[in-house]
Amino acid sequence: MNKAQIAVIGAGPAGLSAALEAARAGAQVTVIDENRKPGGQLFKQIHKFFGSRQHQAGTRGFAIGQGLLRDCEELGVSVQLGYPALGIFPDGRVVFNTAQGVRSLFAQRIILATGANENNLYFEGSDLPGVMTAGAAQTMINEHRVLPGQRVLMVGTGNVGLIISYQLLQAGAEVVALVEAAPQIGGYAVHASKLRRAGVPIYTSRTIHRAIGEKTVEGVELVALNEHFQPVPGTGEILCADTVCMAVGLSPMVELAALAGCQMTHIPALGGTIPLHDKNLCTTNPMVYVAGDIAGVEEASTAIEEGRLAGIAAARSLGLGDDGRQQAVQERLLALRSGEFGAKRQQAKEDILRTFKEAMA
Amino acid sequence: MTYVRKTGYLCSEELANLPGVPSEERLSRGPVAVVECAQNIPCNPCEDACPRGAITVGEEITSLPSLAGDRCNGCGLCVARCPGLAIFTVHRDYTETTALVSFPWEYLPLPQQGERVPCVGRDGAYRCDGIVQRVMTGKALDATAVVSVEVPKEYCMEVRAIDRGRGIHGAR
Ligand code: SF4
Ligand code: SF4
Repeated sequence: MNKAQIAVIGAGPAGLSAALEAARAGAQVTVIDENRKPGGQLFKQIHKFFGSRQHQAGTRGFAIGQGLLRDCEELGVSVQLGYPALGIFPDGRVVFNTAQGVRSLFAQRIILATGANENNLYFEGSDLPGVMTAGAAQTMINEHRVLPGQRVLMVGTGNVGLIISYQLLQAGAEVVALVEAAPQIGGYAVHASKLRRAGVPIYTSRTIHRAIGEKTVEGVELVALNEHFQPVPGTGEILCADTVCMAVGLSPMVELAALAGCQMTHIPALGGTIPLHDKNLCTTNPMVYVAGDIAGVEEASTAIEEGRLAGIAAARSLGLGDDGRQQAVQERLLALRSGEFGAKRQQAKEDILRTFKEAMA
Repeated sequence: MTYVRKTGYLCSEELANLPGVPSEERLSRGPVAVVECAQNIPCNPCEDACPRGAITVGEEITSLPSLAGDRCNGCGLCVARCPGLAIFTVHRDYTETTALVSFPWEYLPLPQQGERVPCVGRDGAYRCDGIVQRVMTGKALDATAVVSVEVPKEYCMEVRAIDRGRGIHGAR
């Protein structure tokens, strides 16, 4: 029978960090991931990260991923790839698919680091080839080295839309414009400024009305939005484009947590439905921890810190490791959730803690 | 709402109020960093990057980076370290009539030393022609090149990049 003290589902930044800390504390850890390559989204992140030295700021995302994998290997973490997890049973059984059929793994603690799905927009022509999520375009350029098209419209100006637009330019595509339904740009000004210097327009209070084309995207029609986000008649404008990328937010992948009976809450600021958790990422099911985007959509640097916290805490709950490391990680998380962009997420996280306490009382 | 959140680039009033932007007086005293970072984001590699301790973010990691003009010698080590590509250096009195502006550059092909290039402002619009004087690359810069262009002096606080379209396949 396959056994592990701690099973981690998801080999992205949160999952690998959780596995590392748990292994460091002396736990025997198995990570499983449905993808054939580890790292989650990290290996597509060719830009230098923000944060402080402790968050490896200034280091490119893929290099952080390489470091995590190296450390996992050194600590003897077993990373099983190509296995989609199918379910979790109350006795700690994790069931997953392999080429040889369905297998299971018994674990005393389960850390869910399943990440998030990209949201879609629906508009006339959104089913045409050439319309895709921004993450798909990023996979094409940074992993497969294929341009999704020559002239891209990016919908959404959060950091994901801004960063991937910049990477599309670097890959040799032209970004004809970014559109943002809100009256202001969502992500960091420094990211937006790179695009503006490169001659890329960013239109606020505007969105895509339709994609035009017979068999693939040949153009897009934009429309201005009023303060109630309603289209303003007579403001249609057609641009020549062959690709539409959507960067309109992410939704946590909570299915396994739901199967494990974890109680949920709904927090729009963190991406929607999220398993309730305490400050160490333990859910209402004491066997199950969450970390990274499943615990609220944030960034890779927060996912890494949350993963560490969950890994330490899960090991602690089995009597392994010591309490010393938690405090420092908490402080680093707080730093990442401060300032004009982070404060809202910190507030939302505090709301989750409060609801968790109420639920457990 | 701030101008930069609407447009994506800083206007002159916003720049004038930034603690990372040197004074006119400091610009007259030789090369210096211009830190165009205007939002309270959790970030501080610029502080670590400067060997002279000229940039301070401080305990609160979301504070704006401030520049101590007296300590900065314009060496440019911080330029490639900023993940926001928000740091430039300006040598206003490079010659009698020209200034030298350095900026981070992450597109291929790299410009060549001696090349005459169209230079653009923060809005991406053409400002003037410039001559590439230096292209720094190397392991320490981790794939971010630092390009220096010589431009007419009056453009030293305007020019922040070169036109990406010059000779790049597919673009424009
Ligand atoms: S230019 Fe050199 S001295 Fe000036 S702030 Fe940057 S690293 Fe420091
Ligand atoms: S490294 Fe760049 S983006 Fe980060 S705080 Fe310093 S100037 Fe701003």
